[in-house]
Amino acid sequence: MTGHGTSGTETGTGTSTGSGTALEVSGLTVELRTPRGRTPVVRDVGFSVRSGQTLALLGESGCGKSMTAQAVAGLLDPVAEVVGGQVRLGGRDVLRLGRRERRSLAGPQLAMVFQDALTALNPVYTVGSQLAEPFRIHEQASRRVARNKAVELMERVGIPEPGLRAKAYPHQFSGGMRQRLLIAMAVALRPSVLLADEPTTALDVTVQAQIMELLAQLRRETRMALVLITHDLAVVGEQADQVAVMYSGTVVESGPVAEVFAAPRHPYTRGLLDSVPAGHPRGSTLPSIEGSPPRPGSVPTGCAFRARCPLARDRCATDLPPLVATGPGRASACHYWKELADV
Amino acid sequence: MLTFLRRRILSSAVPLLVVVLGVFFLARLTGDPANLYLPLSATQEMREAFSAQHGFDDPLLVQFGDYLAQLARLDFGESLRTAQPAAEAVLRAFPATLQLAGITLLLAAAGAVVVGSLAAYRPNSPADRIAGFLSSTAASTPDFWFAIMGVLIFAVTLDWLPTSGTVGAAAWVLPVATLLIRPFGVLVQVVRGAMVTALSEPYIKVARSKGAGERRVIFKHALRNAGAPTLTVAGDLAVGLINGAVVVETIFGWPGIGKLMIDSILQRDFAVLQAAVLLTALTIFALNLLIDICYVLIDPRVRQGALA
Repeated sequence: MTGHGTSGTETGTGTSTGSGTALEVSGLTVELRTPRGRTPVVRDVGFSVRSGQTLALLGESGCGKSMTAQAVAGLLDPVAEVVGGQVRLGGRDVLRLGRRERRSLAGPQLAMVFQDALTALNPVYTVGSQLAEPFRIHEQASRRVARNKAVELMERVGIPEPGLRAKAYPHQFSGGMRQRLLIAMAVALRPSVLLADEPTTALDVTVQAQIMELLAQLRRETRMALVLITHDLAVVGEQADQVAVMYSGTVVESGPVAEVFAAPRHPYTRGLLDSVPAGHPRGSTLPSIEGSPPRPGSVPTGCAFRARCPLARDRCATDLPPLVATGPGRASACHYWKELADV
Repeated sequence: MLTFLRRRILSSAVPLLVVVLGVFFLARLTGDPANLYLPLSATQEMREAFSAQHGFDDPLLVQFGDYLAQLARLDFGESLRTAQPAAEAVLRAFPATLQLAGITLLLAAAGAVVVGSLAAYRPNSPADRIAGFLSSTAASTPDFWFAIMGVLIFAVTLDWLPTSGTVGAAAWVLPVATLLIRPFGVLVQVVRGAMVTALSEPYIKVARSKGAGERRVIFKHALRNAGAPTLTVAGDLAVGLINGAVVVETIFGWPGIGKLMIDSILQRDFAVLQAAVLLTALTIFALNLLIDICYVLIDPRVRQGALA
């Protein structure tokens, strides 16, 4: 099975493809080379983000959201391969660019913040030299100029005594500070799009809020488009303008966060929202989605969610529901979304 | 840093003493020097006079006590054969060994970093498989066999290289190649393993996300992280090189400390042998210290631990 070839994504990407669109992904399909053959892990994914806005890619672990981000950034491991789709960045499809050209965009156009800041910083170099690297690579800045810019960056993301701390090594910082450093490094060249892959997962709750606030502030200042990859519904609700809900390697619902959360149009989104503790009486059993997602490589025919879906019927086993527009800016990949909308 | 050095020096005092002890008594098991230095027809009186002159007639423990007392005064005794100070003979031979071992290690390390990194860049690629096969072959080649085959093919049959001596660059080829082959094979495998690990770390992806080119990714971000395991093994191999010099120097007539040791055993030249072994042990100790200092230089996390 090849996964891609299903159409309808273009109609479903929701937000307009007008002048403000910073990143537009369509039909993105990624396959994993395994000893037992090729396994699709990202199937026909599409979304777009406008400058100065935040799109949340929401989904549970293993749904392909990180793989999607790495495919967009061109950072997939050699075992994974993009086999179809488009990633339009500033009007150009970066999947068609050569390696050198693509590398020249990494930093000034598209940057990424990773999940675990301890392993994402190189342990044997000072943070100052790592923060100076974008300037050394893309602006051919001298050592001293790059260094000064690195210290400025550290100040901008709220590191106390940046001049002194630039000479310290990653292990000499706290988790929150390391995440700030990683963010500083990503926004060094004021990218038009920032991909943040679970940037707060490894942090304490109080620090999480500070990091999210820093990201929001930087987004407002530089009008960059932010793609926030997360499994945290609360973070999506607070931070994002748009949301794309992923399940089993594909987008099952997308639209403005407020609308999607108020009236979900896919049974999976509905299940996620129902399992949030707020709004349920204390002591009552929290609803959950029965079963677990299909493993990549053994995704059933038809709709991948049907085994866990309260609305599933015969048609769901045979016809893969395409992501279709369900209203202005909204899309759902469910044959029976209208039944949810009516409730 | 000073505490660290002092601790290291103190902790190596005991092993050094064991080396001194072992060499002293083992050497005297090789036979009576009088048999070698006096004619077969020598009378019992002549033998006793010879032994008394060189102090071999005292009980072993007394001899050992005298030796330690000498050592404390940095007096290493005299060569039985040449009547020169033993220390002089050893120090004269030492640079030849150091040069041979140093050049070999440098070539092995530089070659292994390049080959190992290239193999690690695409694990299980054809290049990786070829490097893996060749390096395991090299790592398991016996050096004496390699040396003899080298002499047979390149010196005797083809007459391209000299069989022995130190004059001219050609004289270096066979000794260096013989010493090089095993450390090179081992180091390629160690560098490859360490680089595969380093290249799969998240900070490599981060470097690429900053637009770093592949050369920067491999040789700046990954290589220094692969340095610590490589250094451990390289240090071990360097010790092996200095010891391995005994075989190679004997085969190729290289006037180094290894050949000096073999010659002094054959000639029951105890003072020279003891001085040579002691210097080798000190060199190995200094080497280990150097490796520890290198650790501290390449990994800041070790630095904090060492200074604490």
